[in-house]
Amino acid sequence: MTYLLQQALNALQLSSIYALIALGYTMVYGILRMINFAHGDLFMVGAFFSFMIATFAKLPFIPSLLLSMLGVGLLGVGIERVAYKPLRNAPRVSAVITALGVGIFLENFTLVFFPYPQSVPVLLPVIVWTIGGVTISSLQVIIILLSLGMMLMLDFIVRRTMVGMAMRAISWDKTIVPLLGVPLNLVISVTFLIGTSLGAAAGVMYAQAFPVVDPYMGVLIGWKAFIAAVVGGIGNIRGAVLGAFILGSVEIMVAAFLPSTYRDFIAFSLLLVLLIFRPYGILGRPQTQKV
Amino acid sequence: MTSQTVNNNNLRMRLKRRWEALMANRKVLPILVLVGFVLSFVVPQYNLIGPYYQLILMYVGINIIMTVSLNLINGYMGEFSVGHAGFMAVGAYIAALLTMYVWPQNMVAWLFPLTVIIAGLGTALVGLVVAVPSFKTRGDYLAIVTLAFLFIVKSLVENIEAIGGPRGIPGIDRLTTLPWVFFWTVLALWVTRNFIYSNFGRGVLSIREDEIASDLMSVNSRQVKVLAFLVSSFFAGVGGALFAHLLQFISPRVFDIIKSTDFLIMVYLGGIGSIAGSILGATTYTILLEVLRPLQVWRFVLMPLMLVFLMIYRPRGIMGLREFRWFVPGYELLATKLSKKPKVEVTDAAAD
Repeated sequence: MTYLLQQALNALQLSSIYALIALGYTMVYGILRMINFAHGDLFMVGAFFSFMIATFAKLPFIPSLLLSMLGVGLLGVGIERVAYKPLRNAPRVSAVITALGVGIFLENFTLVFFPYPQSVPVLLPVIVWTIGGVTISSLQVIIILLSLGMMLMLDFIVRRTMVGMAMRAISWDKTIVPLLGVPLNLVISVTFLIGTSLGAAAGVMYAQAFPVVDPYMGVLIGWKAFIAAVVGGIGNIRGAVLGAFILGSVEIMVAAFLPSTYRDFIAFSLLLVLLIFRPYGILGRPQTQKV
Repeated sequence: MTSQTVNNNNLRMRLKRRWEALMANRKVLPILVLVGFVLSFVVPQYNLIGPYYQLILMYVGINIIMTVSLNLINGYMGEFSVGHAGFMAVGAYIAALLTMYVWPQNMVAWLFPLTVIIAGLGTALVGLVVAVPSFKTRGDYLAIVTLAFLFIVKSLVENIEAIGGPRGIPGIDRLTTLPWVFFWTVLALWVTRNFIYSNFGRGVLSIREDEIASDLMSVNSRQVKVLAFLVSSFFAGVGGALFAHLLQFISPRVFDIIKSTDFLIMVYLGGIGSIAGSILGATTYTILLEVLRPLQVWRFVLMPLMLVFLMIYRPRGIMGLREFRWFVPGYELLATKLSKKPKVEVTDAAAD
């Protein structure tokens, strides 16, 4: 039982990180109907930013978190402006391939400067409590609470503010809504800013939890977060969080009770089965098709 | 206008006319294939070009097989499959295991064609795993199915200790030769081309344009999808088998998501829904990576940048939805001529 609780805590930590990344995918998809495959690499850039800030500027955790979120957020906005904006009316797949290209570019550009995995300095005091046989480190608590706070804040922004209303409106219809005076480009930029900075926050926290960063760390995690977003129903913000928690829990539980090498196999087989029964994700709705 | 530009224009017009005449000539392609086939025997025999260049040529051939088979799903059928490296892995493992453990050791070279065919058939069976979910889902959700398939294959191979587990299979005999690669490349292109211009192929295209409408026009979309996935995964398996016997070492790490991304880039670089595009895309990408080798790490910085700019200025790739006239059957050309449209295919709304 204690073992189960311990693993549940680990699952919560991993799922929160997945959820933050999946939110970025789903936000961009909701607005642009485009899968931003560079998102996993922006997560990696976030981790590297925090590594550089912590190593060279020696700033504590909160400033380095905020700085990397801002830096990567601006990078995301820049990428959208330079690479995705010219392709808004092109076939959707060209935008996806461009995103893949941007992702590969980010990986290898980082690789040029950091050819070897780097270890990240510890920025948070690690206190370990033992409650009823379950060891809880302060790091886990901080990661879980911080991501929960960010998710709630995002939910608030999307549901209660003017910007959020504009986002929902644009995801509903991209031609009429700008005619009503909603600044399309600004809203898309804000979406990218928020989405990628959430990914960067996930990167910073991931680098604290598993303190080694390398340029390819974002590939697998990015794809997994994308899967989480799709399982929840892509374009749906609450669905992304739900999908991330399902994926994270399944992964950790499989690793806990079966040989850990079976983790990917069982997690993805379950996903396949789930997609056969819910082809549009758990909270997603099938789009009506016109002929 | 100065006389210089007039001359230039004249030259360009003349070159263009030459090119069109060459393209219209139906005898050129068979001659090219024949010459290529003879060359593929002669070149390794007399070492006309160095072994390094021969190796690159073989990789170009394998990449063309992979690209054209992926193009069938992503370009002609309009799905977005990201799991092509998974099919390649299945083919590579089946072939490597046959060569290493099943066939008698002194016969492997003679049994190599059989090995490749069995690898292809085995992979085609596995392709059904992806074809069945494609009945219900499309687009991003099918992308996830193929992605999950890739991860499952990789994870499964890593967990079976009998086939080397994460260490892979080293020391496979080098049986892939230039004539074999050439033969399989031509076969893959020929089968794909005939498939596309058959009734089933027309069905594939109609699914890309609009699945519901094609159902209404009594296209048996399930049958068509199964066939397309069978053909595509068969040739992916063939590519994998050739690849395994060229690299002489396979491991689950070789066939990861980055490998899939490579094939995706080749398809979209060359252009979707085009056999000529598949050839051009695979050739350009493979050769460019080799040419840029002196740049070391920077070549992987430069390549994606070039891809991004290509996509911005030419979103359909080099040959997107267009085709060399060589690959188009005569009656199709006639029909196009009769309808007096300048392009072979003017369909739009693809790729969505």
